[in-house]
Amino acid sequence: MNGATVSVLDATLAVRHPEPDGAVLELAGHWLSQRGLPEPSDALGELQAARVNHVAFDARQVAAWDSGLVTFVLKVLSEMAARGVAADRAGLPDGVRRLIAMAEAVPERQTGRTDLRPPWLARIGTRAIAASRGVAVGFAFLGEALLAFGALVRRHARFRVSDLLVVIQDCGPRALGIVSLISFLIGLILAFVGAVQLQQFGASIFVANLVAIAMTREIGCIMTAIVMSGRTGAAFAAQLGTMNTNQEIDALSTMGISPMEFLVLPRMLALIAMMPLLTVYSDLVGILGGAVVGLGMLGLSPTEYFEQTRAAVHVSDFLIGIAKSSVFGVVVALAGCLRGMQSGRSAAAVGLAATSAVVTSIVWLIVLDGIFAVILNVLGF
Amino acid sequence: MAYGSYVIQHDLDFSVERGEIFVIMGGSGSGKSTLLNHMVGLKPPARGDVVYDGESFWGATAEAQEGLRRRLGVSFQSGALWSSMTLAENVGLPLQTFTRLPERQIREIVSLKLALVGLAGYEEFYPSEVSGGMLKRAGVARAMALDPDILFFDEPSAGLDPISSRRLDDLILELRASLGATMVVVTHELASIFTIADNAVFLDAETRTMIACGPPKKLRDESPNPTVRTFLRRGDGTTGGITS
Repeated sequence: MNGATVSVLDATLAVRHPEPDGAVLELAGHWLSQRGLPEPSDALGELQAARVNHVAFDARQVAAWDSGLVTFVLKVLSEMAARGVAADRAGLPDGVRRLIAMAEAVPERQTGRTDLRPPWLARIGTRAIAASRGVAVGFAFLGEALLAFGALVRRHARFRVSDLLVVIQDCGPRALGIVSLISFLIGLILAFVGAVQLQQFGASIFVANLVAIAMTREIGCIMTAIVMSGRTGAAFAAQLGTMNTNQEIDALSTMGISPMEFLVLPRMLALIAMMPLLTVYSDLVGILGGAVVGLGMLGLSPTEYFEQTRAAVHVSDFLIGIAKSSVFGVVVALAGCLRGMQSGRSAAAVGLAATSAVVTSIVWLIVLDGIFAVILNVLGF
Repeated sequence: MAYGSYVIQHDLDFSVERGEIFVIMGGSGSGKSTLLNHMVGLKPPARGDVVYDGESFWGATAEAQEGLRRRLGVSFQSGALWSSMTLAENVGLPLQTFTRLPERQIREIVSLKLALVGLAGYEEFYPSEVSGGMLKRAGVARAMALDPDILFFDEPSAGLDPISSRRLDDLILELRASLGATMVVVTHELASIFTIADNAVFLDAETRTMIACGPPKKLRDESPNPTVRTFLRRGDGTTGGITS
């Protein structure tokens, strides 16, 4: 008997040659993948060297087995088939034979998937096409939203008032806490940074001007919009994305209820209504934060600070902030709803939609804020 | 079994023998899936225990529970595959986490498991790219990844066409025959129940307890309880009838 033995822990494999052109693979021990299994390559190498034309298995000595044995046998069988060597499976444990038959019952599907990356030019092209499509989809969505507003004006938009109230509750009163915290701290920081500089010129009192103008014209509305995009825009995207996953949006469409009117419209209305209110609130809390520095650090009296603030800001400053915040409300709501409606139907896709909603809205907020600054400058405000 | 103070089922007492296919049946809302959740360790029962080979599950330490969980495989109703991973990654994750097998061997085992459920060649697909029936089968492949002693199936045939559902039944039978694993199946699909079940327990939504236990065919023909007989005869054979 000539043969090679490979032994790793309990599972053993030996090749026996009862006849010159045939071989028997003798398997013994515990064939459990966790405990380590013999490599088939040695045995396969020996079979090739011996130029056998049929192989059989002898597994009578196998004490226990799991998927490891099945994958081992499958590998040997496919190798034998490739070389045109007949393989007799009769000596395998009954369970292994049945599992192999099951695994072979459905042939492997040629899915034609390759890992080949397309050339860089093609990749740039694909991205450019995708980007232009994204812009087109964004405008289409804006158009649909406008149509939904048209339906609202003509009073045949279909949505539930209770839904609108729930969204208003969520993006109005429930946001007060975070808006208060952020605005107060921003006002405080602005005043502190300003105070350090202005004290050098003995112009500490102008901290009130700095805080009041910055909060009302710029920071109040932009900070509120950023908070709302992270808090509410992302929530819109996640909610609509999950509804899309559960086919809830399909259910609305098949009933002839426009998802734009039923889902997107109330969300936009709520944010457009709440954003200006939150912004005014944020302005006032920010000014309060500035006053804390003015009174505590600079030793100004409350009346002094209040009078200085009143002289510094005009109603038009508040109005500019309010006007911008309405537009920002539209942007946050649109980005959230757009990404939510576009979302794919899986948990990962919903996460992506929420992320993308926040990124989209923040980019547009900053861009629009810049455009506002230019326009207001030209108009002389 | 209860949610808060609402008792879904009480006084359940049955045992599943090694190597048998055990069916938990009952109408909608009778608490079949809740019972499964108790058995697989997702939700502690309000009172009572689940015992594996004489070892209490809910009385065990967290470590012992982990060890017991490793011996179970669960296939969920709609697959419950992780959507951010390919089918191969889904099946491979338990192997990578709980075994020290080399990456190559994990790939081979993953391919084997997918081939067993008829999904050879779908390794690189994401769950969102395959059909509902394939998701379910991939879920079975993932449940089998660690060669568990006991496999649980939650409504394996729900939402499948008759042929796919039949194939899944055959798969369950074949896996039991070849792996010698114990199978616990939650279902109300009669065809399935009669094809695969060795033994079954019937949960009744009205009396909120198990009202029958035994091989389903025997229950259909011999059960003294009319609710069980009616259920197993698909509503036919009720006593009385309409008289004009």
